[in-house]
Amino acid sequence: MSAVIENHDHEHHGPQKGILRWLFTTNHKDIGTLYLWFSFIMFLTGGAMAMGIRAELFEPGLQLMDPIRYNQLVTMHGLIMIFGAVMPAFVGLANWLIPMQIGAPDMALPRMNNLSFWLLPSAFIILLSTAFMEGGLPGFGWTFYAPLSTNYPNIAYFVFAIHVMGISSIMGSINVIVTIMNMRAPGMTLMQMPLFVWSWLITAYLLIAVMPVLAGAVTMLLMDAYFGTSFFDAAGGGDPVLFQHVFWFFGHPEVYIMILPAFGITSHIISTFSRKPLFGQSSMVYAMVSIAVLSFVVWAHHMFTVGMPLAAELFFMWATMIIAIPTGVKVFNWVATIFKGSITYETPMLFAIAFVVLFTIGGLSGLMLAITPADFQYHDTYFVVAHFHYVLVPGAIFSIMAAVYYWLPKWTGNMYDEKMGKLHFWLSFVGVNVTFFPQHFVGLAGMPRRYADYALQFAEWNAVSSVGAFLFGLSQLLFLYIVIKTVFAGKKATAQVWDGAEGLEWTVDSPAPYHTFETPPKVNG
Amino acid sequence: MESKTDNFQKYYVPEKSAIPIIFAVSVFFAGFGAANAITGNGSTMLLFGLIAVIITMSFWFSVVMKESKAGLDTPQLNNSYVFGMGWFIFSEVMFFFAFFGALFYIRQFSVPWLGGEGEKGLAGEILWPEFEATWPPMVTPEQSIMGDQAVTKGPDNSMYLNGIAGIIKWLPLWNTIVLLSSSGTVHFAHIALKENNRKRFNFWLGITVSLAFIFVILQAAEYYEAYAHLGLTLNSGVYGTTFFMLTGFHGMHVLIGGIFLLTQLFRSTGFKHFTEKEHFGFEAASWYWHFVDVVWVCLFLFVYII
Repeated sequence: MSAVIENHDHEHHGPQKGILRWLFTTNHKDIGTLYLWFSFIMFLTGGAMAMGIRAELFEPGLQLMDPIRYNQLVTMHGLIMIFGAVMPAFVGLANWLIPMQIGAPDMALPRMNNLSFWLLPSAFIILLSTAFMEGGLPGFGWTFYAPLSTNYPNIAYFVFAIHVMGISSIMGSINVIVTIMNMRAPGMTLMQMPLFVWSWLITAYLLIAVMPVLAGAVTMLLMDAYFGTSFFDAAGGGDPVLFQHVFWFFGHPEVYIMILPAFGITSHIISTFSRKPLFGQSSMVYAMVSIAVLSFVVWAHHMFTVGMPLAAELFFMWATMIIAIPTGVKVFNWVATIFKGSITYETPMLFAIAFVVLFTIGGLSGLMLAITPADFQYHDTYFVVAHFHYVLVPGAIFSIMAAVYYWLPKWTGNMYDEKMGKLHFWLSFVGVNVTFFPQHFVGLAGMPRRYADYALQFAEWNAVSSVGAFLFGLSQLLFLYIVIKTVFAGKKATAQVWDGAEGLEWTVDSPAPYHTFETPPKVNG
Repeated sequence: MESKTDNFQKYYVPEKSAIPIIFAVSVFFAGFGAANAITGNGSTMLLFGLIAVIITMSFWFSVVMKESKAGLDTPQLNNSYVFGMGWFIFSEVMFFFAFFGALFYIRQFSVPWLGGEGEKGLAGEILWPEFEATWPPMVTPEQSIMGDQAVTKGPDNSMYLNGIAGIIKWLPLWNTIVLLSSSGTVHFAHIALKENNRKRFNFWLGITVSLAFIFVILQAAEYYEAYAHLGLTLNSGVYGTTFFMLTGFHGMHVLIGGIFLLTQLFRSTGFKHFTEKEHFGFEAASWYWHFVDVVWVCLFLFVYII
């Protein structure tokens, strides 16, 4: 203990050597790196599962696996991509960037930061351990609707894994909010904060608000499954629909948790490579705040066909459609930023532009789904699968890739290989669209989701979709290669890196020193 | 770029530490062990995990206290703790919100619909024509057609006040009195601390801790009464479900808050911690305590009275 105190007055040293650096670290950059690598591993794992799904769906009939295995793959793909890949990637970016962007020496609560990370592997070991148990992995879909899930073996492990993930997310979010509220360089007002920081402030608020509700949902599930309570059992006076309400009260804000940081990233990149300040900085902030507030009153649009009173159907339809307004403001601002800019198309910019276009497609199919009477046709078809993959893959994941290319020179001190980066972009861009665009067609034609087999008339488009999925999936190995190569070698990056880039992170050396802003920088108001 | 501002105090960033990852591993054992215990695979791991969690947590807090005594926490760091505790309590509020939400949904929608009322009552009317929607439902839908053969049967009695004559023996009322007064006493303790009157502080904090444990004992007595004499259990349909889950989680929080306050009492009596300006540990505990109190007021209203 006394060592901790004595060390304090000495000058800080660089990182410790060896594995212990990563186990015991309190440094926001180390923890950001841990989060990002964890997310990458999970992304490849979840991606391999997706390729398993697409291999089975390449042609009609059951080829590779029985339906139970297929359901397990679908479930684990969803859980791993959401809780293992997308969310940790954004938390990793938050760790790396927020302290540097606001001129803080580190996150506000560094040891809790380390704890938030190490809880994640713990949670996933609990979740994946069921693979080796009788009953196997959960196969009830990532939404784990009752009563299917309450009658499933091993659900207790799933429940406690979710609890641990929730604790991790809540602590991480508390850290983000406290850092932003308390650690900004003197002179930096809230409205002067970079948009990525703003987007994470709102995201963290959403996380703290809804992760406990998810904890409540899984707790009710656990009680129903093992202790004979009747939350979701009509025979005892409960209601299975109640589960869907509680779950989606968490689930819809969760969807925005996975897209708001992407808005922040895209805003930075588009402004940099258009060499223009972002159009409508403050309207961007207000748009994100409105989206966050609205996200709490739209949850039942996921359950239009479940049998709700008419008034509820109408309310949730209108509330959902109102979200198109702030989202439209954001898309407009991005386009207006590009307008008459002096644009160059480096890899991050390509991903960012693809984000704007393809995310908008996902948003528009979302509007179609929001229309209650139409949703009765689309519900639980591949149209829904196409919709949410358009907002999550070329939405959230493209923005994460854009961020990695954009800030990698700052993190490693090396430039990535631009030619390879562009190749990776075009392969991913083509792969994503070939995979998911045909799913709109089969969905509108009536192909239901979450089945291992399908009717003959859907065969062609499914084959196309599978080819695209393998193209997209294998291209990510190229991404892995590019990142590893950049970590170890490459043209040296300058501190500024991109000539249009603005913000405090570009004022420190590349690679960023182990400790930055131990004394806060001066920010002119 | 880096310019020193006047009277700037460096923010304390702790050196590398083994505590967090040990804590994470402990949580793993507690979580995995809990799942093991529930699925009937033995509770050794759960016990080990819980003990490890408690030890690591105590050690972590003791490190923070030592750092604070060594003068490492600047006003800015203290601010981080204040914000952190505030948002933690907000997350707890949302946890209870989920269960209160479930209660309102069940009372407003699912039970009336099962009883055949309202826009979505048709299914209930066909499936359970005999079931009548009342709150609390003393007969479950299943019981209304299966009689004594039903798996989920309603309670014999509810926790609601049974005639004004019984009010003196009505435990929830006493629990309310105990908890509301404890919120007052913890406030008196806070005032005493601000006036630097340690004796008075210890006295009022001691009273608060006693009230906390009296509440827990009364709650245990109430549960015993419910199980032994009222036929009200966790399995008594949706009334038993919501009653025990809401009061149970609240009771758990009272216990945690009580231990939290007790720790502060030991810190004050045994180690002379806290000054009239620096007493964040106590302040955090008292905020938590007020939060637990507010939850109880909602419980008393929506679970016991209305």
